[in-house]
Amino acid sequence: MLDLLFQLLVTGITVGSLYALIGLGFALIYNASDVVNFAQGEFVMLGAMTAIALLKFGLPLPLAALLATLATVAIGLLLERFAIEPAASTSVVTTIIITIGAAIFLRGAALLLWGKDFHALPAFSGDTPLKLGSATLLPQSLWVLGVTALLVMMVRIFFDHTLLGKALLACSFNRVAAQAVGINVKIMLGLAYGLSAGLGAIAGILIAPITFSSYEAGAMLGLKGFSAAIVGGIGNPMGAVAGGVLLGVLESLGAGLISSGYKDAIAFVFVLMVLFFEPTGLFGHKVTERV
Amino acid sequence: MKNSKWNNVLAFTLFLVGTSIAQADPIKIGAFLAVTGPASFLGDPELKTLQMYVDEINAKGGVKGRKLELIHYDTGGNAKEAVGFVKRLIKSDNVDLLIGGTTTGDTMAVVTDVEKEGVPFISLAGGVEIIEPVKKWVFKTPHTDRMAAAKIFADLRKRGLSKIALITGDGGFDKSGRAQILKLAPEYGMTLVADESYGNKDTDMTVQLTKIRGSGAEAIINFGLGQAPAIVTKNLKQLGIALPLYQSHGVASKTFIDLAGEAAEGVRLPAAALVVAEQLPDTDPQKPILLAYKNQYETKHGPISAFGGHAYDGLMIAVSAIERAGGNDKAKIRDEIEKTKGFIGTSGVFNLSPEDHLGLNVDAFKLVEIRDGHWKIIE
Repeated sequence: MLDLLFQLLVTGITVGSLYALIGLGFALIYNASDVVNFAQGEFVMLGAMTAIALLKFGLPLPLAALLATLATVAIGLLLERFAIEPAASTSVVTTIIITIGAAIFLRGAALLLWGKDFHALPAFSGDTPLKLGSATLLPQSLWVLGVTALLVMMVRIFFDHTLLGKALLACSFNRVAAQAVGINVKIMLGLAYGLSAGLGAIAGILIAPITFSSYEAGAMLGLKGFSAAIVGGIGNPMGAVAGGVLLGVLESLGAGLISSGYKDAIAFVFVLMVLFFEPTGLFGHKVTERV
Repeated sequence: MKNSKWNNVLAFTLFLVGTSIAQADPIKIGAFLAVTGPASFLGDPELKTLQMYVDEINAKGGVKGRKLELIHYDTGGNAKEAVGFVKRLIKSDNVDLLIGGTTTGDTMAVVTDVEKEGVPFISLAGGVEIIEPVKKWVFKTPHTDRMAAAKIFADLRKRGLSKIALITGDGGFDKSGRAQILKLAPEYGMTLVADESYGNKDTDMTVQLTKIRGSGAEAIINFGLGQAPAIVTKNLKQLGIALPLYQSHGVASKTFIDLAGEAAEGVRLPAAALVVAEQLPDTDPQKPILLAYKNQYETKHGPISAFGGHAYDGLMIAVSAIERAGGNDKAKIRDEIEKTKGFIGTSGVFNLSPEDHLGLNVDAFKLVEIRDGHWKIIE
């Protein structure tokens, strides 16, 4: 029983840290513009698919991963410049709908470019599982956990200790006031999209060896990442991270101890419960305290 | 003014009648396939196969001097869409014959309309419920999931294994396969010690497999489509579970081997002869047909999968039935399809009858094992 529990936790935390990375992307853009970017899942897919394509061209894995991340960042910036920014004067809802459109567009483009098949990325350090007592762990899971932890720490430092990060945070609290003290809100918005796209792409590249990728892989991951952001209190980056890990662990425990058929239901019921009892998310009110 | 208008209409009608006498109407084949969506890896090769052979038949002068016209709609694997498109194909496109229904869900959703309107329909889906009980107008060409289950059980019995763990997805194919396994297990003396499920878009199945590890199973059967069975295969290796793994015919394409990589070694599954065409003995009557289809498909579209073969079988059975029926009389075509005997297709030798609207037996499946990244026949 203890073995089972341990294996469930290992699985849950690995999957959860992926949700955390995607949720973090949601939180960043929401912070900068009050917009929920529904193309976030597509960034994940683009990162993975571009890396796989570059690898097939014969590039070494680290270079392919780097270029794929940069390419996705570029797409994020282009999306912001040519789809989001022109609609800056309209309502938030309009912008959200634009992001849904962008998601469908990106999915369609990926379909034309890479076809409908699933593609796999080779694991970064082999497929031999590591033994942890009676539980096992893929080396790739360690990559996921390690890189997630590193990125979360960097985002944290970025927000708390750099001028740029603080400027971005200022935009989220009061855009007019931020503009008044000389922060270029437009640039900040671009920065948020670029950062989110980069985070999404890295998440996609990390997970592709474990779960594979296809043109439509982004939709479900995006939904789970969005749930993570909601649970954590949307707009709170560290909340999104905690929410993601929590969601992953709950899913895994629910599947293992109750029934695998109800795995997604358990996760989404949990999201509903959080919204019902804590409409601002589990860690949502902390943001307002910081103001 | 009014008069001249009517003259025009009359002239046009005469023109239409004239052309139809000069050059016989095409025979219309309606196709509704899941070319996009989760079942696209089935629907895509099916459509390519249909288009390729309809073009070829037309280039050779058509059937009895009449061209074939293929009218196609993409269902996206959505049963509701399938129902709408089939209504359109029957009522406004006036097709003479239907081929399609890539998934069991798509097929079963349209059966009522097809039976009511009386249009011969050859389904390309796997589920045994399509032909059981027999429906007057509905036929199918792919092997059934019951045949797959029987093939797997026969091999398990040969190896002396009887405690099995089952893991399936939440799609129609998975559920139907699961039902057949549960039904057939007692007949073959198998005990089911675990019965787990996953969502077809799930990215991790280690939880379910950890439960299976503790269940005392001697072998694992996974019934599923798409990338999920590849994840199951990889997760098993990751957890260090060394039990024999059986997959279904749903993964009999090169994509599965590519995705699961090394973890796929030793996996066994029932597969259509098409994927192992080269390994068949030269005496096998199917071999020339398989190689011909394979070469033609691969020169035009790249690597072959068993699923396009189902469309080939369906189209060829239909064409020979139309030839024997001598025209596009729907009832006659239906009767002739039912009389198909000794037709050698990619899935096996078809012998249809009023009681059997598929006409294949269990031997049509080959049990294969994946060795060094390739299929090997092991019987």
